[in-house]
Amino acid sequence: MNIIIAGDGKVGSALARQLSSEGYDITVIDTNLRVLEDSSERYDVFTVQGNCASMDTLLEAGVRDADLLIAATNADEVNLLCCAIAHGINPKLHTIARIRNPEYDEQIFQMRDIFGLSMSINPERRAAREIERLIKLPGFLRREVFAKGRTEIVELKIDKTSKLLNAKLMELHAIIKCRVLICAVLRDGKAMVPNSGLFTFQEGDRVFVTAPTKNLSLLLKNLNIITRRVRSVLICGAGNVCYYLASSLLKSGMSVKIVERSEARCNEIKTLLPEAEVILGDAADPELLESENLRNYDALVTLTGEDELNMIVSLYAENAGLPLVITKLGKASNRNILDTLNLGSVVCPKDLVVSNIVRYVRAMQNQTGAAVSVHSIADGQVEAMEFVVDKNNKHCDIPLKNLKPKPNVLIASITHGAWTEIPNGDSMFHKGDSVVVVVTRGDTQVRQLNDIFE
Amino acid sequence: MNYKMMGRFISQILFIEAFFMIPALCISMGYGEGHAVRAFAITIAITAAISVALYLLCKGAPSAFQAREGLVCVSVSWIVLSLLGCLPFYISREIPSYVDAFFEIVSGFTTTGASIVPAVEELSHGILYWRSFSHWVGGMGVLVFLLAFTGQKGQGFTMHLLRAESPGPNVGKLVPKMRKTAGILYLLYIGLTVLDIIFLLLGDMPLFEAVCHAFGTAGTGGFGVKNDSLASYSPYLQNVTTVFMILFGVNFSCYYLLLLKQFKSVFKDEELRTYFGIIFVSIVLICLNIRHLYPTLEETIRHAAFQVGSIITTTGYATTDFDLWPAFSKTLILLLMVCGASAGSTGGGIKVARVLLIFKSLTRNIRQVISPRKVELVRNNGHVVDQKILDNTNAYLAAYVIIIFSVFLIISLDGFSIGTNFSAVLCTFNNIGPGFEAVGPTCNFSAYSPLSKLVLSWAMLAGRLEIFPMLVLFSHNTWKRR
Repeated sequence: MNIIIAGDGKVGSALARQLSSEGYDITVIDTNLRVLEDSSERYDVFTVQGNCASMDTLLEAGVRDADLLIAATNADEVNLLCCAIAHGINPKLHTIARIRNPEYDEQIFQMRDIFGLSMSINPERRAAREIERLIKLPGFLRREVFAKGRTEIVELKIDKTSKLLNAKLMELHAIIKCRVLICAVLRDGKAMVPNSGLFTFQEGDRVFVTAPTKNLSLLLKNLNIITRRVRSVLICGAGNVCYYLASSLLKSGMSVKIVERSEARCNEIKTLLPEAEVILGDAADPELLESENLRNYDALVTLTGEDELNMIVSLYAENAGLPLVITKLGKASNRNILDTLNLGSVVCPKDLVVSNIVRYVRAMQNQTGAAVSVHSIADGQVEAMEFVVDKNNKHCDIPLKNLKPKPNVLIASITHGAWTEIPNGDSMFHKGDSVVVVVTRGDTQVRQLNDIFE
Repeated sequence: MNYKMMGRFISQILFIEAFFMIPALCISMGYGEGHAVRAFAITIAITAAISVALYLLCKGAPSAFQAREGLVCVSVSWIVLSLLGCLPFYISREIPSYVDAFFEIVSGFTTTGASIVPAVEELSHGILYWRSFSHWVGGMGVLVFLLAFTGQKGQGFTMHLLRAESPGPNVGKLVPKMRKTAGILYLLYIGLTVLDIIFLLLGDMPLFEAVCHAFGTAGTGGFGVKNDSLASYSPYLQNVTTVFMILFGVNFSCYYLLLLKQFKSVFKDEELRTYFGIIFVSIVLICLNIRHLYPTLEETIRHAAFQVGSIITTTGYATTDFDLWPAFSKTLILLLMVCGASAGSTGGGIKVARVLLIFKSLTRNIRQVISPRKVELVRNNGHVVDQKILDNTNAYLAAYVIIIFSVFLIISLDGFSIGTNFSAVLCTFNNIGPGFEAVGPTCNFSAYSPLSKLVLSWAMLAGRLEIFPMLVLFSHNTWKRR
């Protein structure tokens, strides 16, 4: 598949890296020759220097034969123009535009029609939604949703007080008192899939658990992770993410306080969100945070534009003993290093955008029988894939104990209609079921549901 | 330095080399040349054994690969390739000295065509084939072959390999995937070579000679199978070779664009126009200069065109002894040696694209000297050329001149005339083959001392690999741990 990526910034180069390693034909357009050189030396991509909204550049990049255009420059208008022109040249082309301006975001459905967009993506809003989900169900570091929201894979960290510390896998059910499945454990930067009942959880492990969404609160309760809902949130930095997050938190009745350094931005955000409390001040100043009663809040979210500042404020809040701390980081960094710091949950808008687009590309590539969605978990070492059982499936209505799955494959959940089960030997696939499969990166490639069995 | 990864690469290259020797082995068997069969069999065994050993040693290599590794990998691969590739000559005793055999195969792989064999016709068929085949595979590049036909997982570092092997100031891919790019290049290359063989066969050249000559033409090498190169062949065969030599000196991306039916951009390509312009003007000037030497106009034009095509594409075939031409024509030939063929072709030399850039930046600088505040940009095919590319081109030119004079100085120890030495340096460094006087078209390099032969071999490799890969081997920064 031929994919054109317009804009070789943070998102563009991360996409080039991921998609070229998956074997697609990638062409990258940018005006800056230096960043293009870096990309062409690091990844197997073709580069074109020029303005991506100009027809000549697009033709040089081969827009006529392209299947997908991803416009990820830093200007929304350029992205829209780029997609519109490319779509004009090649009407069969799928286009994805990154749109960040909240004003444009409100009219995105009309704009999709006008500009012929297949998808638009707003990193800030996605980040806000991700943070909101973490706030709604505090205790998990990350949540990945499958089967239209009926199944999730959640990430937990085993710390000193955890009930799971030094517990064996076979004791799990006695502690949690509901059926869940441990699909991967990340220990010292290496992912493993626990397959013996004697597996013991250690401090610092990051555990990936598959569970029906309705069991999640029970899981949290029985693990003693959190007892009460989040009612008040302190947000540092009043950028776009803050706007999206605060408006939906306010809608669900939480109290929100925003700390912002710039007076102009304070006025803007107060105009947009009259119910929010807005404080003019520097979040890096601990005295200010204390005077705003930091310790009495249920959650703190750091959303300033500086990663370093976000990290320092989050560390301070963790130290102060806040139950929930969420840190936004603009640059994806080495997760192993971040894990040594107490930053709470880390949300990276760039990673969210990239995984979202990659999911779209994979869905485009495999029209029949292939994964509906693919999520990378455990630092990308494990993939969780969702399939729908269709008529081509060779293993319908056979109990799983009679089948032999490949060694690096784990069937995490089967959703029949509204009911999700964690599979055992007697479970079987029926037509129309959603199946979540966890695959450790290895020799065997899983493209279809039929591939998971020997 | 990621030595393990390099080891794996070299193991693959050696495997390919062993594989390439099998046809030569078969030919030796077909002609019943026992000593050559033995030589090839032993060499294949040694090469394959080293390849397997390296593969086993370098299992599980980390895949981190930077510019430094890329450059060193290219130069070391070519050296190892030559060290083993010359074994058939040495083991079969057809070239008794190892240094001579090394010089011969380096001359083959780098598509130089400078020989130390006094009587080519005495060599056995298998050896002749291997000599010519080394031109063919060296012309497009062994690493490009590796990229095209083996499962090199697509990573960016492959750019470093392409850049080192594919000549020119601004190397780019044709399509997003390196593997496809390399595949397209090789398919074009194979297609043109087959076409050349067909045309030669139509002129009643025996199959074996046609294949060997087509290999020499395609790689712009210059090893023939006759002592007098192409002089004894019919005018038709000489003209076919002239046309194909010139075609192989064209940037291969032009052919790709032709296949895509983008005739306009090919026709307007400045480098292509300049390349053909230089060829045309040189032929006319030389014809005027040598018209009294040959009986008919047809013969004059044929010889002039052949020699000009042969030298500008750095092939080095000859139909006449151009050492006997008047001084003006000889000087013109000398200039063509330096100029070389187009970027992205199989030819050597500075490359027409670089000559163009150098002239353009020179005129820009002159204009800026006259009025210092004037804003001037260098353009190529309408696009503004980045200053970094100009800087690289100037650095290349500086390195080029320094190497020529250093090598010139070293080989002058052997006591030949200045003209001989200078043309020897030029025609090895530019990958041409024959020079003037004692290394002219009818003579060869066997009289030089082993030291000079090694230095000239190094110059050939440096010329083929665009200088820098061979220079970084001598920089202590390359071998530093940090």
